[in-house]
Amino acid sequence: MENRIRVLVAKPGLDGHDRGAKVIARALRDAGMEVIYTGLRQTPEMIVNAALQEDVQVIGLSILSGAHNAIVPRVMELLRQKDMTDVKVVVGGIIPGEDAEELKRQGVAAVFQPGASLEEIVSFVRSAAAAAKSAR
Amino acid sequence: MINRRAGGGRFTTLSGVPVETCYTPEHLAGFEPARDLGEPGRFPYTRGIHSTMYRGKLWTMRQFAGFATPEETNRRYHYLLEQGQNGLSVAFDLPTLMGCDADDPLAEGEVGRCGVAVSSLEDMETLLRGIPLDQITLSMTINSPAAILWAMYLVVAERQGVDWRVLSGTIQNDILKEYIAQKEYIFPPRPSMRLVTDTIEFATRHTPRYNPVSISGYHIREAGSTALQELAFTLRDGIEYVDWALARGLAVDEFAPRLSFFFNAHNDFFEEIAKYRAARKLWAGLMRERYGARDERSLKLRFHAQTAGCSLTWQQPYNNVVRTALQAMAAVLGGAQSLHTNSLDEAYALPTEHAVTLALRTQQVLAYETGVAATADPLGGSYFLERLTLDMESGARDYIRRIDGMGGMVAAIERGFPQSEIAEASYRYQQAVEAGEKIVVGVNAFQCDDQPIETLRIDAGAGERQVEKLAALRARRDKARVEAALDALRHAASAGGNTMPAILNCVRAYATLGEMMNALREVFGTYQEQTLI
Repeated sequence: MENRIRVLVAKPGLDGHDRGAKVIARALRDAGMEVIYTGLRQTPEMIVNAALQEDVQVIGLSILSGAHNAIVPRVMELLRQKDMTDVKVVVGGIIPGEDAEELKRQGVAAVFQPGASLEEIVSFVRSAAAAAKSAR
Repeated sequence: MINRRAGGGRFTTLSGVPVETCYTPEHLAGFEPARDLGEPGRFPYTRGIHSTMYRGKLWTMRQFAGFATPEETNRRYHYLLEQGQNGLSVAFDLPTLMGCDADDPLAEGEVGRCGVAVSSLEDMETLLRGIPLDQITLSMTINSPAAILWAMYLVVAERQGVDWRVLSGTIQNDILKEYIAQKEYIFPPRPSMRLVTDTIEFATRHTPRYNPVSISGYHIREAGSTALQELAFTLRDGIEYVDWALARGLAVDEFAPRLSFFFNAHNDFFEEIAKYRAARKLWAGLMRERYGARDERSLKLRFHAQTAGCSLTWQQPYNNVVRTALQAMAAVLGGAQSLHTNSLDEAYALPTEHAVTLALRTQQVLAYETGVAATADPLGGSYFLERLTLDMESGARDYIRRIDGMGGMVAAIERGFPQSEIAEASYRYQQAVEAGEKIVVGVNAFQCDDQPIETLRIDAGAGERQVEKLAALRARRDKARVEAALDALRHAASAGGNTMPAILNCVRAYATLGEMMNALREVFGTYQEQTLI
């Protein structure tokens, strides 16, 4: 069981629309991963602390409110400060194309926009987790 | 390979209900038109709440709008009214929905982004500048802080010299569906229900033409429920509000005529129409049999509909115009009293003016060109539709009975019942899409390269401008008066009387939304749900 992939699914910001986060959490769990879902309204500090405590390889952030440009860079900065750059961050939600490119430049491993398939997301998380493990 | 047969080869409704090849009189054994349908405008109102339906009055075309600052949104409202829209509907930003001022650290990056920022009476005065509140009905989508935003509106009306007794409009104020689906709750369920009951009681006494609650299935559906769950949970929420208002000492016929509803208009055409018809029939029966309502207005379920935001696709966004038009037609054939049609670009962002205009024109084409508004309940008598309506009704009765057995909706929410039913339905749906059993045009079938569309960008300066205005207000106002008003609110909240008079006094003193919410938080505490996945 030690080899199971551990993923934190988090919902930062004030928005409560958690349909997507819950569907993704469940799909990852059904794919055999250990999924920790933070619940709603998490600050970047809370998310990074949870990632540290839970020793996850991947953090999935679900953001639909347009606040991604304020939230995601802070998560990335906190990961650098805590020397956790091996943890892969994936973002899902309503992220315009140009913003998605900018988030990737800041180190986000992937951005999944509306309509992305569960299969695509699950297989990306699996390979990202493998890369995170080999970096440790 | 895409299955070329209808519905991708699976013959079920969008909600997974099996559909027969053809419906005949045999499918309607036991159906009695006189009892199950009646006439339009007569009990049980299956065919509509008015005898002449849209001949007498078209539905209200009410586009939900709000972005950035009150100044910018006020300009959009004047534009929409000039374009022939006849009611306004305020979309607030997330900090306002969550009871935070624009300068709250939690609001960073979110001010004005999903709606308009309103932190004080001053913002509400700006938002409604030049809008005659005695002539324009105003709907406000606000829940946890509904009593406060409503008080701001009432004070603006007072200052326009408009008698509260002529005010007409709606506050959403449906906290139960927040715990169930949209999750914009702040206080625990029971003190929240007390605030809702305060507004119902206050409206009953002071604003007899205003709807103090819009009991909403829309968000339940958006969270992934089936059509049946949307119907059943919404009506059970309605029962809960009635029970609380009765416990407050109101008589059913005093407040029930002002209860209003809000449903989703999703893709499955007949299933949606059946849902609206079953809703009217069920509510009329519940009000008469369970509560002994006598006033005909208490029996009539009036509803607003909005086309399904969750059905809009990011891929091939122009397809959304078609989806929205068909969904809107279902709402009209189902007898909606008011309607919002989504804009084609809303899978991306808040809509541009161009996109909103097209969405409004969609309603105008329906109203004036298609002929669907010429006769009441034009699909009444269809074997298929009547069967679906009967099944919706009996399915909803089963759910309502189960929730009654749990001790009511607050108790059901506390044990996570509606939440887990919806999560299950939404996961099942997503798996069906994933397996290609449900076709989403442009997403899992008929894909092509998308051309980018122009979208509305909210400039980051909107947040800064709101923060500056708020700082100036805080410096200018009478601080002693604000403090005294907030103390009185804390006292009213803990004493147990109606909080509305104390909230109105805070608003008149220019206490901010965040200050009032904090005063209430000190008394009521906050709520954290246990999330199960």
